[in-house]
Amino acid sequence: MITSLLKRWLNPGGLHLDYHKEESTQQPVRNLPLPAELVIPLQQHMGQKASLCVRVGDYVHKGQALTKPDGQMQVPVHASTSGTVTAIEEHPVAHPSGLNDLCIILTPDGKDDWGDARMTPYLDPAQEKPETLRQRISTAGIVGLGGAVFPAAIKLAAHTPITTLIINGAECEPYITCDDMLMREKPDEIIAGIQIMLHMLAPQQCLVGIEDNKPQALAAMQTAAEKAGDRRIQIVSVPTLYPTGSEKQLIKILTGKEVPSGGRPADIGMVCHNAATARAIYRAVVLGEPLLERYVTVTGEGVAHPCNLNVPLGTSVEYLLNQAGGCTPTADHLLMGGPMMGITLQSGQVPVVKATNCILVKTAPEQQQPVMPCIRCGRCAESCPANLLPQQLYWHARAREFDKTEHYHLFDCIECGCCAYVCPSHIPLVDYYRFAKAEIRTQRATHAQAEHARNRHEFRLQRLERAKQEKAEKLAKHREQAAKTGADDAKKAAIQAALARAKAKKAQAAAATTTGEPTE
Amino acid sequence: MIFTQRTSPHISASTDVSHIMRQVLYALLPGTVLLVWYFGWGMLSNLLLAVLFAEGFEWGMLKLRNRPIRPFLSDYSAVVTAWLLAVALPAFAPWWLIAVAMLFAIVIAKHLYGGLGYNPFNPAMVGYAAVLVSYPVQMTGWPAPQDFSFSHIGLMQAVQQVFLGGTTGWDALTGATVLDTVKVNLHLHKALADIYPTKPFGLLGGKAWEWVNVAWLVGGLWLFYQRVIAWQLPVAFLGSLALMATVFWVIDSAHYASALFHLFSGAAMLGAFFIVTDPVTASTTPRGKLIYAAFIGVLVYVIRTWGSYPDAVAFSVIIMNMVVPLVDYYTQPRVYGT
Repeated sequence: MITSLLKRWLNPGGLHLDYHKEESTQQPVRNLPLPAELVIPLQQHMGQKASLCVRVGDYVHKGQALTKPDGQMQVPVHASTSGTVTAIEEHPVAHPSGLNDLCIILTPDGKDDWGDARMTPYLDPAQEKPETLRQRISTAGIVGLGGAVFPAAIKLAAHTPITTLIINGAECEPYITCDDMLMREKPDEIIAGIQIMLHMLAPQQCLVGIEDNKPQALAAMQTAAEKAGDRRIQIVSVPTLYPTGSEKQLIKILTGKEVPSGGRPADIGMVCHNAATARAIYRAVVLGEPLLERYVTVTGEGVAHPCNLNVPLGTSVEYLLNQAGGCTPTADHLLMGGPMMGITLQSGQVPVVKATNCILVKTAPEQQQPVMPCIRCGRCAESCPANLLPQQLYWHARAREFDKTEHYHLFDCIECGCCAYVCPSHIPLVDYYRFAKAEIRTQRATHAQAEHARNRHEFRLQRLERAKQEKAEKLAKHREQAAKTGADDAKKAAIQAALARAKAKKAQAAAATTTGEPTE
Repeated sequence: MIFTQRTSPHISASTDVSHIMRQVLYALLPGTVLLVWYFGWGMLSNLLLAVLFAEGFEWGMLKLRNRPIRPFLSDYSAVVTAWLLAVALPAFAPWWLIAVAMLFAIVIAKHLYGGLGYNPFNPAMVGYAAVLVSYPVQMTGWPAPQDFSFSHIGLMQAVQQVFLGGTTGWDALTGATVLDTVKVNLHLHKALADIYPTKPFGLLGGKAWEWVNVAWLVGGLWLFYQRVIAWQLPVAFLGSLALMATVFWVIDSAHYASALFHLFSGAAMLGAFFIVTDPVTASTTPRGKLIYAAFIGVLVYVIRTWGSYPDAVAFSVIIMNMVVPLVDYYTQPRVYGT
């Protein structure tokens, strides 16, 4: 039996949207034939780039690490197939800024040869130490595949005791179905991955949250959980309401607890991972495979044949679109991610990365609505899942009153886009919040820098002052010494004089003796 | 292929300001139809003149302020303001009275403060208060409501009254409203039981007026059903008004009218669903809405009972508009994780 929520912990706000999920779930997931070229960005995770460990012209095997991490927030990227590194250069990547980033260009040789790049399989993960598994997950380049791309190994290093492991299979954004398909097709691998995480974190329970618009995924996961016979794992059907798939909202719905503002789920004894991440962990640990491919949904009104594809990382978006029958003539904008939080891509040159869950091609809206003034209708506040007052945030962000935006908890905004979706005045509210957040961050950085400079300046002044003082003290001491030496001289002179007088007296006496008068 | 660049979210609900304003107008229809039934040409001329003046002033101010004309003229916000004023002004109001009211509403209360969305005071209520204070005689001259009024006062007579004024025998047609009668007589220390027989009182409030109030209520409930208005505002307003009335009625039922009378007289229902709910000038937080509307209810009762005006929605709303920023500041909802 699939557990429905015994008690419905209601989140404030949220939206019922047109989900458009059926379009891309009609056929099973297809494996993509290898493209002629793979573009692998060095930076595919939250954190810093790892350093390169291949050179142009090198032959690499499938699964071979292309970068070498030397810090905690670094994870490597791997060759998705065997071939030759033909270039290492700046290339367009999926980033809101539209800027290029350093990428490794790999020309596949078609052999898909692992060589000796496959890592040692840990056939029974329960026998391994959590630290060994953590190392493996990090080496395999696994990051959060739900979109946040946070290094998975870090979240599995429990510094505080973890009571609940949450697995996010909600997939609340419209159009996206890759996790749905993964749960339908590979539930055993997901459950096996969950069991590895349970072994590492030793929580009391694991809740797998899946929205109730995915009955097939729910059933498949339930069957797999029963087969595994693990009583700690509970498959929970959660109501379909955007943005239930947001980590904080899912935790609230499943457990009734809230992640503290500015904190992490671990602060309340929870860790949240995506279903696809669980599967990647299974493959890395038990099969010894690094993260080389992922499920990607290719969908939208601008795509001829919406589908889900199993894509080697580094494949260009254009190649994916061609595999899905190409763009329709009405295609207007290309998105990576869903329609609520995705980013637009300028061209199909951009490669699929670890964060890519969906390629969405939208047609142009029928009529561009003019932006009207805010009439404070409050629909944004009603829809806000964080219970913020978007209308007030907008007002103050627009007026650049950033201290007031912080008073209204700007940084608790998860940028889900609900407010902008419902706004009858068509105000791009989320843009204002992004702007205000960026401004505040810049201000803080500038302030910190100024503080640092001021401290340094003050320290310098202090140092100069101290040096001056020390110098003066030394001089005074020296003088004193000199004065003391002067006094000694006088004494010496007196002694000298006394000696001289005595000598003179002696000489006189001697002279008297020589004149004939006996003295002794 | 080069694709268009946008920022998320990339989809939006199919609604806009003009849609919301049109819904408010639809909700005003039942009450308006009844008013037209009771006051005939007098209410039609009010509506027509108010809308014409409002859109005229709106156009002029947009032009002066170099704002785009089309999106703002077609947002229906000026029409809503005009409509609310037209049903609040006495039927057969002279054209210049309507013009002055609309001048205060659209030009002064709305555009001089920055136009749609920026006005701290409810434009319709500013317009109403301005003419109520300036022209008390014209403002209290409501003709007695009559079934199918068109047959009693003809078009020519109406045109003459509205545009030229001073129609002979007009005074005979007009009279104090029920709310006014009750107030004046209570001041004369008459008991309610003695006052009621002097006027055509219905089941709930003044005859005819009670049905108009019921019609506003029906329209208001539809607005709530359409999620255009928040429940907090009408509930808190009507609740506090009823509570005040009940407390004093229980203390002395001979000299204080019942809650039913207060709820179904004057502008109580119109105020509750169409005036207090003006999003721009009302409090915007859930708790703030309760506080804001409850205080309006209290003020309406206080002014109706002990003030010198028979009805008090306009003044109460304007007074509470001033407090809105303060209320909003201190009634922030608890944010997730705090």
